[in-house]
Amino acid sequence: MGSYSSELKRSKDSDESARRSSFPDEVLERVLSLLKSHRDRSSVSLVCKDWYNAERWSRTHVFIGNCYSVSPEIVARRFPRIRSVTLKGKPRFSDFNLVPENWGADIHAWLVVFAAKYPFLEELRLKRMAISDESLEFLAISFPNFKALSLLSCDGFSTNGLAAIATHCKNLTELDIQENGIDDKGGSWLSCFPESFTSLEVLNFANLTSDINFDALEKLVGRCKSMRVLKLNRSVSLEQLQRLLVSAPQLAELGTGSFSQELTIHEYEDLESTLSNCKNMHTLSGLWDAKGIYLPALYPACSHLTFLNLSYAALQSVELAKLLAHCPRLKRLWVLDTVEDKGLEAVGLNCPLLEELRVFPADPFDDEIVHGVTEAGFVAVSFGCPRLHYVLYFCRQMTNAAVATIVQNCPDFTHFRLCIMNPGQPDYLTNEPMDEAFGAVVKTCTKLQRLSVSGLLTDLTFEYIGRYAKNLETLSVAFAGRSDWGMQCVLGGCPKLRKLEIRDCPFGNAALLSGLEKYESMRSLWMSACNVTMNGCRLLAREMPRLNVEVMKEDGSDDSQADKVYVYRSIAGPRRDAPPSVLTL
Amino acid sequence: MEVNYENGLNLKATELRLGLPGSDEPEGQTTPRPNKRTSSEISSSGLTDDGNDDHQASAPPAKAQVVGWPPIRSYRKNCIQAKKNEVEGGTGRYVKVSVDGAAYLRKIDLHVYGSYPELLEALEKMFKLTIGAYSEREGYNGSEYAPTYEDKDGDWMLVGDVPWEMFISSCKRLRIMKGSEARGLGCV
Repeated sequence: MGSYSSELKRSKDSDESARRSSFPDEVLERVLSLLKSHRDRSSVSLVCKDWYNAERWSRTHVFIGNCYSVSPEIVARRFPRIRSVTLKGKPRFSDFNLVPENWGADIHAWLVVFAAKYPFLEELRLKRMAISDESLEFLAISFPNFKALSLLSCDGFSTNGLAAIATHCKNLTELDIQENGIDDKGGSWLSCFPESFTSLEVLNFANLTSDINFDALEKLVGRCKSMRVLKLNRSVSLEQLQRLLVSAPQLAELGTGSFSQELTIHEYEDLESTLSNCKNMHTLSGLWDAKGIYLPALYPACSHLTFLNLSYAALQSVELAKLLAHCPRLKRLWVLDTVEDKGLEAVGLNCPLLEELRVFPADPFDDEIVHGVTEAGFVAVSFGCPRLHYVLYFCRQMTNAAVATIVQNCPDFTHFRLCIMNPGQPDYLTNEPMDEAFGAVVKTCTKLQRLSVSGLLTDLTFEYIGRYAKNLETLSVAFAGRSDWGMQCVLGGCPKLRKLEIRDCPFGNAALLSGLEKYESMRSLWMSACNVTMNGCRLLAREMPRLNVEVMKEDGSDDSQADKVYVYRSIAGPRRDAPPSVLTL
Repeated sequence: MEVNYENGLNLKATELRLGLPGSDEPEGQTTPRPNKRTSSEISSSGLTDDGNDDHQASAPPAKAQVVGWPPIRSYRKNCIQAKKNEVEGGTGRYVKVSVDGAAYLRKIDLHVYGSYPELLEALEKMFKLTIGAYSEREGYNGSEYAPTYEDKDGDWMLVGDVPWEMFISSCKRLRIMKGSEARGLGCV
């Protein structure tokens, strides 16, 4: 810490702080360096000039929730000692194909600045950014200390970019590739890790489909003795998995490959015995095409499991029930709705410590499916899992009464994301709107931070949200509401609202403009297929110069309609890299 | 709110239509705007033809395929589709074919055909209709029918735009559109 204080003395403010502060800089910086949360750090920086400076010199990790809210130059000027960057780019609805191609959020300009200002950068975590192979190669050769790369829901790159990372990053500890739009050109990238390379601790390539060279993988896992997270892709067979686990029993997180090879009794027993040696395993995922008969091999490895991700394994209710009987410590569970309500009953019976449940639809686009989960499954979980606070639930039917029961059983919800898959569907028993369901959620769950609504909803839902959801930060709305009043209620209430994303709702200019002052305290607003016009957006842009108001036009639509609107605060001004389909007002 | 149970579905509740806030139409929803990427975002179950409910009585109504709904990441959608393709069996590539106005669907094996003309000829024979010639600029303009398909991303596309191999690997199901909707597709 001695070097920090000498640098601080070189700054202009050093004389002032030496005079005014009775608190030595070294101590202040030492204390502040213990602060990890970026929100705490933001608060600290607002106290006074001394604290602002001490904080900016001691910050090593920067989190940027919207890459266009600030420029890389501004970041580098304020924070001289960054070693780790987290950046998020496109609006969330880009995950669902609602954002045009080439919208932006390209990482390259950031990398160029970082290469100049943060040559010792170690970590880069990107979400919904566009990143090319050239950028990955630039990254690989520009930062000699580079350690951790995490790409989630990004696009624009191929396995060639991964090859560059593997080839050049000699100190790499983490390569985490998740759910990206990656151009998979083959598995040879994995063979690019040099034989002298031993530092890898986290390797997640579950996203990729091509076969990798298993021999290279086996050797890599064998020499990286600190490996704690290994998530394989589907091309890795059960037999190969067993061989890998023999040399890596210390794994804390395992993502299997395909779980459905034909095994002999002997091979099965080997697998079972190797898995039982994995005493540190707390996270299990993968299990592609899992065959029920092989699941028992996992049982011995499950006793300490806290996170089980079965969202790519189409299990039936009985298979799930048997597996869960061996997972008493489970805190997080992701499943497909093939487990049905009976499977969820088993969750309620076996997992009293459960905090998070996500149920994904196995057949979201097939109308003839009459299976999946209903309100009964959700209710069953709520009775058995009082600690439940995070839920993502895709279903085809729900009732107001069921939701009221659920939140009565689990009042601590922080994240409540309910997706009734048929847009605008009412309570199937009473035929009423689902207003009372979400009313119950916001009235009972005072800690609620994130809410996604669905089903048939009138403005009443939004009255409830505006009035009761005092801690709500993120709200997602689709096919809901009756008039501008709904959106006005939300903008007029919800003091902590940061992200509002709306699609296909009858909210127009009056609603949009009612939030004028609010938008500067929010990260962003998204409105698509609503009733907002270009004139409304222009008015917003004129009144609020510190907001970027962007409109995405669709071909063939009416000139006066603002098809998709994205509004966000920014200290970097309007962006200059927007494609022609995006108009900045 | 008036509730119309047709074929067991509450069509009124799911109907997407233009309406001013506070008008007597209970759902003041907007219509999805025509979008170049998808040839049919518009449901046959009531959007474009408001008075067309008897048209629905005979055929199971094709559900609105809305872009980006349900909200599932493309990556997961692709995994689902890859799995379905495998399950639907080995070497065959069976997909459902629906024709607007027909009482029931058919299933065909795409691998049986080597090219678009072969496929279209087979469809014409199977359903006793005429689809006409494809042109890149005009689609199937001039014909009463237009063949469309749902691709891996859940989008509805016009048959014929992409190379045949790409088509059979990404086609999940076929729908032969009829009438004014079909004619409109030529200029999308």
